[in-house]
Amino acid sequence: MMRYLWLVPVMPLLGFLVLAFFGRNLRKSIITLIGTGTVGLSALLVILIGIEFLTSPPAGNAFTLKLWTWMSSGGLSPSIAFYLDGLSLAFIFVVTFVGFLIHVYSSEYMRDDEGFARFLAFMNLFVSAMLILVLADNLALMYLGWEGVGLCSFLLIGFWYKESANAAAARKAFIVTRVGDTAMALGLFLLITEFNTLDIRSILETAPAHWTPGSAKVVWIAFLLLGGAVGKSAQLPLQTWLPDAMAGPSPVSALIHAATMVTAGVYLIARNHVVFELAPIAMKTVAIVGASTLLIAGFAAVVQYDIKRVLAYSTISQIGYMFLALGVGAWSAGIFHFMIHAFFKALLFLGAGAVIHALHHEQNIFKMGGLRKEMPVIFWTFLAGSGALAALPLVTAGFYSKDAILWYSWSSEKGSLFLWAAAFLGAFITSIYTFRMVFITFWGKMKTHIHLRPGRAMLIPLVVLAVLSIIGGFLETPHNLGHITLFSGMLSGVLPEVHILHSGAESTELILQVLTALTGFFGIYLAWHFWMKKPGFLFRLKQTRAGAALHHWWLTGWGFDWVYDLLIIRPFTWLSNINKNDIVDYISIAPSNLVVWLHNLTRRSQNGNLRWYAAGIALGLIITLTIALFL
Amino acid sequence: MLIAFYIAGVIAVVSTIMAVTRSNAVHALLYLIVSFLAAAVVLFVLGAHFAAALEVIVYAGAIMVLFVFVIMMLNIGGETEKAKERWLVPKRWIGPALMAAILFAILSYAILNQPVATASLSIVEPKTVGISLYTQYLLGVEIAAVMLMAGIIGAFHLGYTKRKSKHRFLKGE
Amino acid sequence: MEQIPVEQSLLLAALLFGIGLVGVLIRKNMILMMMSVEIMLNAAGMAFIIAGSRWAQPDGQVMFIFILTMAAAEVAVGLALILKLFHLQKSIDADEMTQMNDITEASESN
Repeated sequence: MMRYLWLVPVMPLLGFLVLAFFGRNLRKSIITLIGTGTVGLSALLVILIGIEFLTSPPAGNAFTLKLWTWMSSGGLSPSIAFYLDGLSLAFIFVVTFVGFLIHVYSSEYMRDDEGFARFLAFMNLFVSAMLILVLADNLALMYLGWEGVGLCSFLLIGFWYKESANAAAARKAFIVTRVGDTAMALGLFLLITEFNTLDIRSILETAPAHWTPGSAKVVWIAFLLLGGAVGKSAQLPLQTWLPDAMAGPSPVSALIHAATMVTAGVYLIARNHVVFELAPIAMKTVAIVGASTLLIAGFAAVVQYDIKRVLAYSTISQIGYMFLALGVGAWSAGIFHFMIHAFFKALLFLGAGAVIHALHHEQNIFKMGGLRKEMPVIFWTFLAGSGALAALPLVTAGFYSKDAILWYSWSSEKGSLFLWAAAFLGAFITSIYTFRMVFITFWGKMKTHIHLRPGRAMLIPLVVLAVLSIIGGFLETPHNLGHITLFSGMLSGVLPEVHILHSGAESTELILQVLTALTGFFGIYLAWHFWMKKPGFLFRLKQTRAGAALHHWWLTGWGFDWVYDLLIIRPFTWLSNINKNDIVDYISIAPSNLVVWLHNLTRRSQNGNLRWYAAGIALGLIITLTIALFL
Repeated sequence: MLIAFYIAGVIAVVSTIMAVTRSNAVHALLYLIVSFLAAAVVLFVLGAHFAAALEVIVYAGAIMVLFVFVIMMLNIGGETEKAKERWLVPKRWIGPALMAAILFAILSYAILNQPVATASLSIVEPKTVGISLYTQYLLGVEIAAVMLMAGIIGAFHLGYTKRKSKHRFLKGE
Repeated sequence: MEQIPVEQSLLLAALLFGIGLVGVLIRKNMILMMMSVEIMLNAAGMAFIIAGSRWAQPDGQVMFIFILTMAAAEVAVGLALILKLFHLQKSIDADEMTQMNDITEASESN
């Protein structure tokens, strides 16, 4: 069965080709069948492959399927080869399964759109590119998938391209991630110069012998790869594109900007963990980036009024948690949080999409309200997702994954008190903004009436994801709560164990868990108090000068857009304006300009005067004779 | 014979200069005819009797006459034309004169610095010329004939204008 | 005959050629311009004959005959063209007929 691994990325690719070329002429039911069927078949295949991988693991806990050699030049010969181990299995499961649910959802959500076939084609292409990224055996093929998902993100954010704001958002996303992509490409070039190959296996095996920890080359490479990861995963300082990317349809936000593409950076760091471990300063930077991002995004989410922007900042924040986990060496905890986050964040985005769809494209939460009784399925699933996001204890999967990260940020030998404090504060803020969103949207008086109710195709994925958000946590529980290590067991051959600084800290672990649970509940209470019971307090706070300034600063994502506009965009557009007539072009036009100038100079000699021409002939005769006789 | 050569040469040069500088067109043409006659004398003295005869018959006798006919037909050379031909202004003739002088200087340098020792000139019989024409240069003769025919046809076609008015005898009927 | 120096006769031909050149460049009347061209042709023919006499070969005179023929044909066609031009422009002043130039925008050149 693992022989058919290549079908997993190829089937959505075929779906893309069929829908791209013939989609316009097909019936909607056929388009739905092709668009969702390919991803569904991939998901089924992944489940079968996963069962076989886990029950009878291949030698070395890894399976390589080489298709052909892609190119061979200058000693470098990357091949089209797929590599399956615990890490990539976790990722492809999430991508295909959650992707399938989102495709089913969007078959109803986007059904009446005129670009329905185009939408499903791009979504299929995206799934295929993401699978290539994750399954790639070498960094060149991974870069192909990397660029592919970037392209699909651009195409899908700007899906409703007739609105120029959407196109601008798509452009912004592409350009900002491009900065990261360039850094990653530079890192790949440095890796080529060091190892003369991009094969991940060989690099990870020969790296420890090749470099001493902390040597300049490996630090550079790690930082450049981190640059790429930061761009794709919307972390500091390249996080500005993700809130604007909400201009795309909700299924796009769910699939790309919550569950899968933005986690590509996490995958990159986890896959190249050997390189990062050889550069401790880079690891520390990863952790600090994660910690600061989660705080910044958390505070920004508290003041947003567009429901999708709240979720966008929440995504940035949660990926900060994953980065934090990777930075302190808790590799499998970070990947576990990725999986659980994919479930509940996709659920939240799909639920938000259902609400927006029902209220006829109203996205402002302050114009919603009272939906609790009217749309019960959406309410309960949304509540399950929010609970997981806020890490409500014991019943939600989010608790187990986030708690693991908090624990390791305290206890790992690379962790520190500050990192734990940041994560702890972040958890507090998370529950505040999450339940603020829930309360304002579903409680209170109904301000906008429901136009149409979502159908089965939209509700069933919500239910499935809600169930997963609850039971998914039981794959990996902490020491004092059952100590199930199914997930980390799967990853044990791939990612190293986290080194804990103080052992025998069971009691500390319990204290931290209780603290986290209490802050979760406290955040819910604060959200209820300040936004439901006594909204006047915050309203008065916003009227004060300091309050309004703070509100505005957090609303614009801590002013990053303004800074970038001032420092980078304005000088660049000013320079481009100066070069409007393309100075370099002058050089290439120069010969023709020279010819025209010479022509204008000499055309006076063609004055139509017969005697003038005769004089010219005589002069030529004299010159010719002179040359013939004297030279 | 040398005296004849020099006298004819002087006459040729002087009459050519006069031909070039007259404002009245008919005067210029007449001076040119004199120049050609003097040139024919020069050719005779050089020993080319046949060429001298041809020069008189064809050049002075046909071509120049053609010129005179056209001038008279177009009625040029009168008083109004004289005003236009204002070429005694130095501005006009200094350039061409300079160029011609330089050309003459170059040519005379080429002529006078011959490495080959000069020989004397001899008479070439018309008979020899005729034989050479019709044996060695036969093709040239034929082509020259074709060229003359082309000239005739061309001149006829260019000069042909449809009669705009009928003869008075043909009008009215 | 035996005493006529070759250089001097060639100099005579060159002098006539130069005078003819001056005539072409000075004249405004097109017919007289053509006449100056005839002077130059005559001088060239004279040079040919001098050469033929010097080498005692008939080729010089043969060439002179050809030049003569060509001059006749050229004069015929050229004068016909000048006639046509006179009918069109009512003048045969070469300085007035300069429409085929590159200087003014309104020209129909090129």
